[in-house]
Amino acid sequence: MKKGGIISLIAIFLGLIAGAILIMATGNDPVEGFTYLFQGGLKDSERIGNTLATATPLILTGLSVAFAFRTGLFNIGAAGQMLIGGFCALAIGLTVHLPTYLLLPLMVVVAMVAGAIWAFIPGLLKAKFNVHEVVSTIMMNWIAYWMVYYLVQNHFKGDTETESRMLADSATLKVPFLSDLFSGSFINLGIVIAIIMVIVISFIINRTVLGYELKAVGHNRSAAEYAGISVNRNVILSMMISGGLAGLAGVVQYAGNSSLIEIGVLPSEGFDGIAVALLGMNSPIGVFFSAIFFGLLSTGKGFMSAMTSIPPEISDVIIAIIIYFSATSLLIRKVINKLTRSRKYKKEILNSNVNVGEKVE
Amino acid sequence: MEYVVEMLNITKEFPGIIANDNITLRLKKGEVHALLGENGAGKSTLMSVLFGMYTPEKGSIKVRGKEVTISNPNVANALGIGMVHQHFKLVSNFTVTENIILGLEPKKGFVVDIKSAAKKIEELSKTYGLNVDPYAKIEDISVGMQQRVEILKTLYRNAEVVILDEPTAVLTPQEIQELMKIIKNLVKEGKSIIIITHKLKEIKAVADQCTVIRHGKYIGTVDVKNTTEAEMASMMVGRQVNFKVEKTESNPGEVVLEVNNVSVKNNKKVLGLKNASLQVRAGEIVGIAGVEGNGQSELVEAITGLREIEEGSILLKGIDISKHSIRERIRSGIAHIPEDRQKRGLVLEYTIEENCVLEVYNQKPFSKYGLLDKAALAKHAKKIIEEFDVRSGEGAKTVVESMSGGNQQKAIIGREIENNPELLIACQPTRGLDVGSIEYIHKRLVEQRDSGKAVLLTSLELDEVLNLSDRIAIVNAGEIIDIVNAKDTNEDELGLMMAGIKRGEGA
Repeated sequence: MKKGGIISLIAIFLGLIAGAILIMATGNDPVEGFTYLFQGGLKDSERIGNTLATATPLILTGLSVAFAFRTGLFNIGAAGQMLIGGFCALAIGLTVHLPTYLLLPLMVVVAMVAGAIWAFIPGLLKAKFNVHEVVSTIMMNWIAYWMVYYLVQNHFKGDTETESRMLADSATLKVPFLSDLFSGSFINLGIVIAIIMVIVISFIINRTVLGYELKAVGHNRSAAEYAGISVNRNVILSMMISGGLAGLAGVVQYAGNSSLIEIGVLPSEGFDGIAVALLGMNSPIGVFFSAIFFGLLSTGKGFMSAMTSIPPEISDVIIAIIIYFSATSLLIRKVINKLTRSRKYKKEILNSNVNVGEKVE
Repeated sequence: MEYVVEMLNITKEFPGIIANDNITLRLKKGEVHALLGENGAGKSTLMSVLFGMYTPEKGSIKVRGKEVTISNPNVANALGIGMVHQHFKLVSNFTVTENIILGLEPKKGFVVDIKSAAKKIEELSKTYGLNVDPYAKIEDISVGMQQRVEILKTLYRNAEVVILDEPTAVLTPQEIQELMKIIKNLVKEGKSIIIITHKLKEIKAVADQCTVIRHGKYIGTVDVKNTTEAEMASMMVGRQVNFKVEKTESNPGEVVLEVNNVSVKNNKKVLGLKNASLQVRAGEIVGIAGVEGNGQSELVEAITGLREIEEGSILLKGIDISKHSIRERIRSGIAHIPEDRQKRGLVLEYTIEENCVLEVYNQKPFSKYGLLDKAALAKHAKKIIEEFDVRSGEGAKTVVESMSGGNQQKAIIGREIENNPELLIACQPTRGLDVGSIEYIHKRLVEQRDSGKAVLLTSLELDEVLNLSDRIAIVNAGEIIDIVNAKDTNEDELGLMMAGIKRGEGA
């Protein structure tokens, strides 16, 4: 994991350098640009709150993708799971009348269950019919997209054609004490949910029997099968946990950061989750920090473009470049390995009595 | 006599290791030169250098007295050097001729001139006594024939020097004898041969000179005629080697495993095991002898539950387990040392301690209330590491991927034996291991037998089956041809049965 962290930092560093070159190419001063970019996300407590709030759904979708990935599955359907989770929570919030302290937990649980069900289907298809989860989760994204489109337009239409009705503040995760703490930021209880899930998922992966099984299946299906671990059960379970996390991202987004659902778009957080997981090296704590970093850039870019003539798109480009570098982390890893390898090998040879040339044959 | 190939002071390094350290090999014209060394000694690396797949850091290569740089296999071919790899490189739904001419197809206008190529191949085949049908499809001919096609491929490209990489690993004893004849024919026609092997018997049978390397270092070149097998073995290993497995008469008890008329489909969805019946008793080792792919894997997978059976029944201590899950079978006392340790036996990304509980992680004391008890894992791993002499860089916390094959295998064997099974299934337990580890593993298997376990052994090494087993079942084309007592049989008889000829039918 330590090595993973270094690789991510190198990716970020290279991304920022590339961004600096681009800023220079637009005829601006990169130092000034970056100063405003980071100030925009960190300058005062409101901005810090906004950065955290922007990061919240990313933490959850990032966890979702990373968790599936750790168990050998590529969940591209976080967007759809998030949308369905968020929609179900919103529908409950708009129709069920309960006191806040009952309504909110209900919404959160419903979002999680809805996301899990949405991911259960691709999991089942994978386990029973060996349908690749990349294909089926993408399909499920579009099913979610059009279902929500139809249902919002016909049952929950708000003031404009493309938006649902708004939730009352009492039916969202917004709480005055957090907004006050961060001087009016839109930060909400979602961040608490996200932090709890980082801890829970980290615990599951590292300490539990379930995590042991899931990782074994992810690393080596044949060996898991040999050891009597049910591969199919674990594939389905892993997809459901992953989907549940994405569902939570939905309630955090649509009943926290926002109070309504916009139709006609798949939430970009779903796909950004892939990048977050990639940069976070698929570890829960890595996901947490990489999501915050993404949140920082996207909060700061507005400030940067307001204070300078640097186009705000530069920050998106920086994110894209960082993703490229973390996607090619294999390359960076190779370079690091080459530097550390000879030492490790020597140690190995000293400790094993034979087989000097084994790696070659 | 002049040398055809001289490899002088070759040094080839890989990051952190020296695979070949100042090795010299000189091949005379018309000579069979054996290259002997344990797995991992650097034999293949040296030959890959000669065949142009690696560039050496130091040293030079001379072909017919002239210094050359062999930068890729095409250069090697042009210099008259051909190589038959251990794993054949053939297109299975092409004919023999199509395979041989691949890459240098003779053309007549726009069409490939198969006919003249086939004729040339037939002539070559006749000259060297290869007996290959140029129009046969690769998938229809035996492994031994396929190997001859590989040899023909090098001859078709006018090779003067043929390198054979572990050529006997996949052959039956009879096929091995025929290969030896072919090698002699090749030499008679003026070809020179380098044969890579770790089997001393074959070197004695066919080679003139033998170069020994150990741990990447050059040990020496000896005249085979004047050197005993034991002398070559100690050069290879660096100490005296005990070839014979020491064991007492078996004392079989009750029947532990009973396989009744079991048929199993293989990966091609046809019956890979047909109507097989077999018993293994407590306190005996039953070996399965057979050429690779004749049903031994299917049998083992049927017993362990990795493969569904089509018909028949499998009984463990009298209880029908043929419908039980893999986990239930493990719980009821089946332990399995898989033939492919990296594919099945280990999660390479896991540490030793995590791998040591691969089947029992969810049981006490390794977990409670769904939580792993890391201290219990570490203790368990420590025990296995100590008892089975598993060596690694960082003890129980070593990721198994970084361990040598022998130590990986010892960890698996330790894990399986620690599970205290009724039936221990050992599939090719010593494949790819050095002599020292082999000795050790054999001892542990006999120990299991003596402590009253039933042991089922499959191995492609006939010596191993003969030495370890009390009874031997011979498989051919998915059928159990016969079951014989190990002490009443010999390699020749087993070889015939492995080729499908039943006892008493004669050759």
